[in-house]
Amino acid sequence: MRSTRKLRKIGITGRGLVVALPYLWLLLFFVVPFVIVLKISFADIDLAIPPYTPLLERVGKNSLAIKVNFNNYAFLFTDSLYINALLNSIKVAFISTLFCLAVGYPMAYGIARAQPSTRNLLLLLVILPFWTSLLLRVYAWIGLLKANGVINNVLMSLGLIHEPLTMLYTPFAMYVGIVYSYLPFMILPLYANLEKMDWQLLEAAEDLGCRPWQAFYKITLPLSRNGILAGSMLVFIPAVGEFVIPALLGGPNALMIGRILWDEFFSNRAWPVASAVAILLLIILVPFMMWYQSVQARESAAAR
Amino acid sequence: MNGRRSYFIITCIAFGFAFLYVPILSMIVFSFNASKLVTVWDSANSPTLKWYVSLLHNDEILDAAWISLKVAIINASGAVILGTLAGFGLARFSRFRGRFTLNAMTTAPLVMPEVITGLSLLLLFVALEQTIGWPAGRGITTMTIGHMTFSMAYVTVVVQSRLATFDTALEEAAMDLGARPLKVFFVITLPIIFPAILSGWLLAFTLSWDDLVISSFTSGPGSSTLPMVVFSKVRLGVSPEINVLATLTIAVVSLMIVGVSFWMARASRLEKAT
Repeated sequence: MRSTRKLRKIGITGRGLVVALPYLWLLLFFVVPFVIVLKISFADIDLAIPPYTPLLERVGKNSLAIKVNFNNYAFLFTDSLYINALLNSIKVAFISTLFCLAVGYPMAYGIARAQPSTRNLLLLLVILPFWTSLLLRVYAWIGLLKANGVINNVLMSLGLIHEPLTMLYTPFAMYVGIVYSYLPFMILPLYANLEKMDWQLLEAAEDLGCRPWQAFYKITLPLSRNGILAGSMLVFIPAVGEFVIPALLGGPNALMIGRILWDEFFSNRAWPVASAVAILLLIILVPFMMWYQSVQARESAAAR
Repeated sequence: MNGRRSYFIITCIAFGFAFLYVPILSMIVFSFNASKLVTVWDSANSPTLKWYVSLLHNDEILDAAWISLKVAIINASGAVILGTLAGFGLARFSRFRGRFTLNAMTTAPLVMPEVITGLSLLLLFVALEQTIGWPAGRGITTMTIGHMTFSMAYVTVVVQSRLATFDTALEEAAMDLGARPLKVFFVITLPIIFPAILSGWLLAFTLSWDDLVISSFTSGPGSSTLPMVVFSKVRLGVSPEINVLATLTIAVVSLMIVGVSFWMARASRLEKAT
């Protein structure tokens, strides 16, 4: 007992030790890396290993000079490619989020209102694709959408079309891929929210003369606001930086910022430019992440 | 549910599930197709298992799968330890210094675009190698660290929400009877949250097994994972062996999920019965 009291005096407690390990881990491998990205975004491209110039340079005998340049950022704003890609990514992510909401809300609603036994089965069916590889599920759409793919073959054998439709490597394919991959992320938080809903409120509203759609609009929709927000953030934020789906379904002209970052890094070996793209993307996404966190905090406070 | 609305909802659910499952089913069906064109059904020679046989002889895919398996197992075990500690801390200690930061650091990886996490981890490893000489080069170790960092966030969420729903009375009773906190954790808390820890492990395993982006940034020469090999093949178009791989993945995952949910349903029935 005395030894624990001594430890406590210098600030070491059992509780502290429990959280210290994950805390330090995330600090080192999640937060510190962003500082380094920031640092390298101010460096110059260099033909060295690693391919960037050091920020600190020895000048003369005893002094260090800090070389910070904003060239990479200036470059991002002068070459219209980057800004266009960024705006396009936000547009694609936003429209995909709306489609996920349109498809996911009725599904989550239906699952939440189903009988308990069917509910678990339906929920399992929503979760199952989420556990199978994203890459393989996106790959499945190549087989469906390509010129001699399943959809074209079916439509042609039914005589509905005479020439195969061009679907793969178009924006359409990219939207389908994103909505398809992120749909479970929309349904699950919506379901978690709707499941807690008191359905008697709807009956009361109908007793008082509300038509079903009015009751939905006035009661269900406002009460599920946090679920809608949480689901939308879980789709929107990662979709802005999505790489795999535009790379496989979007074709060479699909301007998405995640893909630009990848190409700058892997094809051009322009690490400082890639870092500047990452920082720019973070500046845009961090407010949404903070919003998401506050929605989550409200949800868990409401659950208590 | 009654009247017109229920038809609307049922149609939506049917359409939604068709959308989710048609691509998966088509991969399964065409994995038995003899034609190399994959999506053009060769009715003379199909169904066939020839692509299953050829996958079993594809050393590139098998080697990559072995690396993926190693990374996924180490990652899941590490992520479960870190995630359980974080989830326990966040659920049970209502106030401590750094709570806000820890909460933010375990929420952000869930939504952070993978290209950003991957790039930042790589730059950290390069900087560490330059300054302290560790890690020397990149490979399985750096990949596993990268995977643990984002998958522990998922484990944290799972464990935290499980802890939020169970009564603290049991833990308090044990404390009142004189059990030390550590003993309470191992004798009371751990068995109760075990289903959450198990699903956290499986989730961390699949996240790592499926990851392409973070692996591509943090891997080194000779340590290509299965998704990296699949990605480079898929970029060139469809391939029958990938359909086989997808079918096998889906089969294993479905068996696992169904098994675990049966087991959990039984456990919760037992819990209620006692």
